Amino acid sequence: MLEIKNLHATVAGKPILKGLDLAVRAGEVHAIMGPNGAGKSTLGNVIAGREGYEVTDGEILFKGRNMLELEPEERACEGVFLAFQYPVEIPGVNNTYFLRAALNAQRKYRGEPELDSMQFLKLVREKLKILHISDDLMHRAVNEGFSGGEKKRNEIFQMAVLEPALAILDETDSGLDIDALRLVAEGVNRQRSPERSMIVVTHYQRLLDHIVPDFVHVLADGRIVASGDADLARKLEEEGYAWLEDGGIQRLSTGSEARAGA
Amino acid sequence: MSETTLPSGSSVDHFVQQKYKHGFVTDIEAEGLPPGLDEGVVRWISARKQEPEWLLEWRLEAFRQWQQMDQPNWAHLKIDPIDFQAISYFSAPKSDKDRPQSLDDVDPKLLETYDKLGVPLHERARLAGVAVDAVFDSVSVGTTFRKDLAKAGVIFCSFSDAVKEHPELVRKYLGTVVPARDNFFAALNSAVFSDGSFVFIPKGVRCPMELSTYFRINAAETGQFERTLIVCEDAGYVSYLEGCTAPMRDENQLHAAVVELVALEDAEIKYSTVQNWYPGDENGKGGIYNFVTKRGDCRGDRSKISWTQVETGSAITWKYPSCVLRGERSVGEFYSVALTNNMQQADTGTKMIHIGRDTRSKIISKGISAGRGQQSYRGLVRVAKGAANARNFTQCDSMLIGKRCGAHTFPYIEVGNPTAKVEHEATTSRIGEDQLFYCLQRGISEEDAVSMIVDGFCKAVFRELPMEFAVEAKALLEVSLEGAVG
Repeated sequence: MLEIKNLHATVAGKPILKGLDLAVRAGEVHAIMGPNGAGKSTLGNVIAGREGYEVTDGEILFKGRNMLELEPEERACEGVFLAFQYPVEIPGVNNTYFLRAALNAQRKYRGEPELDSMQFLKLVREKLKILHISDDLMHRAVNEGFSGGEKKRNEIFQMAVLEPALAILDETDSGLDIDALRLVAEGVNRQRSPERSMIVVTHYQRLLDHIVPDFVHVLADGRIVASGDADLARKLEEEGYAWLEDGGIQRLSTGSEARAGA
Repeated sequence: MSETTLPSGSSVDHFVQQKYKHGFVTDIEAEGLPPGLDEGVVRWISARKQEPEWLLEWRLEAFRQWQQMDQPNWAHLKIDPIDFQAISYFSAPKSDKDRPQSLDDVDPKLLETYDKLGVPLHERARLAGVAVDAVFDSVSVGTTFRKDLAKAGVIFCSFSDAVKEHPELVRKYLGTVVPARDNFFAALNSAVFSDGSFVFIPKGVRCPMELSTYFRINAAETGQFERTLIVCEDAGYVSYLEGCTAPMRDENQLHAAVVELVALEDAEIKYSTVQNWYPGDENGKGGIYNFVTKRGDCRGDRSKISWTQVETGSAITWKYPSCVLRGERSVGEFYSVALTNNMQQADTGTKMIHIGRDTRSKIISKGISAGRGQQSYRGLVRVAKGAANARNFTQCDSMLIGKRCGAHTFPYIEVGNPTAKVEHEATTSRIGEDQLFYCLQRGISEEDAVSMIVDGFCKAVFRELPMEFAVEAKALLEVSLEGAVG
């Protein structure tokens, strides 16, 4: 589904990603962990095509297509979804209106018929039920006045409606208490499917207790320096990231096969 | 026609005298007056309209006051000094042979704009100035409309017609809300006004439809110095629409209109404006200067006047639609969206003057600046000593698109009574790269994203517009913001 080869990227002129390789197959959930400043959020933004993030080398292939040729909205229509770490507020723009515009833009791109308000409302109600979210959400403006937890759940809800092929969850757990975390994780898990891939970017292991990944990668100094399975995450939790700097990569023992680059 | 003695020595009257002598009044009709403003010009304008003596005197008095006044320069605007002697105060309407003969002759870019704005097909010809004979629809539509109004007892006609057919009404109310000496441009307008609308709603009548300038058939001349007077008697109601979304060009750059509204006991006047005068090119050259004085007098107890406006045009806009809340429990409202793009400048706002007891006012002002546009909100809320229990709520928000535009706020709050409650909120936001990217990342195009965000920003104002105007206003904003981002 997603192949990243030797990706180099700068943000405001400063090199952040320095030769990152990653391969994600359909249906897989990959976790990306790492110390601050390593480039975790940068990765998500680069894949989504945010302005200000410049790719200086390497390639990103999504479903075989070269993503670097596409505008951000085209990448979205191809099926890339980024759940933001800090979802922005858009006052005065109704949530329902916004989501319907987004869904229809994507459907139009794919040559599918657009949904009218009735059809859309029906779809929305189904999804709200599955995720146990109150429909009060639909009457409010996008993220306006939402608590941190509500914003994160709104991201997951949008994901449920847009049904992306690749979902990148950027520190979805930041700022959430235990209960909110559980709700968000549940929402994410319900959307796991053989046709969908996920990249879960997180700082802490605890999210991965709820969203159990197939693979875990450690991103440090702009590259993936270690890969393993869920056990790797637990090891990081115990020992922290500092050991990586001492060339501790050699000390890695993952127990099962790990895969970083293709 | 009354005798007109022209003072000797003025540059224009010599010209005028000659023409009158030979009876070639039609020449001026065909050519327009040469540039220049003196008493002779005022007399000529009045004579041409065959106005009664009292109105001529009213104009002359205004002209004399104007001569004593200086152009105001306190607005936050950069304007080249205006040479009032270099302007013609009467332009001849275009003859049919100089007009486009059909839509095929019209600039295709203009037609494209009409398309984007959703201007109905039958209106495009009229708006583009196509020779009137070719357009029959407007005449027939106008006739049924006027029959309905006559049945209700509503008077709606051009100001000039009102002077002829209802002089006592005009005389009773003209200048009682905006006297000539009120300000420089009001004085100028009072001296040389061309035409405008007159509306009179008798007691207890609720005007059965929205009145719009479109239906005022005698609008052949452009509104250089428009004068409008709307009077609503006890318990009457009227909703009036001014302007249109179609871009309006004019040879005359200076526009100085005056609008007076009078609401008696329990009456309500709703005045909506959508204005898209030519704003000049990307460098700001050649746009219209729009200096307007609009004021509503809530004369009767429990009367209500609301102003709603969407302004996207003009090179320079200077206007402060205001309400004088005289009657007890009277209400004044002001809802505005003003857009400045490229090199446009706007210094606009409102004045709410609380005089009676228990009066209320509400101000919602949304300013959008893009390109190198500069916008200032200037609002005055004044509570007089005797205005017990006055209430005001003001919300003025600015949105900046891009890095080179500016928004400034100058609120003036003068409270002379300790029981007043005055609330003021102001926010400034930039259409963040964050908000845009959020929309893009969900698959929404940049153009649609900007429209959506701006529309959300303006929602509180658009809600107050009569429906068709609201739809047009949204389209107008989208078209005006094209290319504003990035």
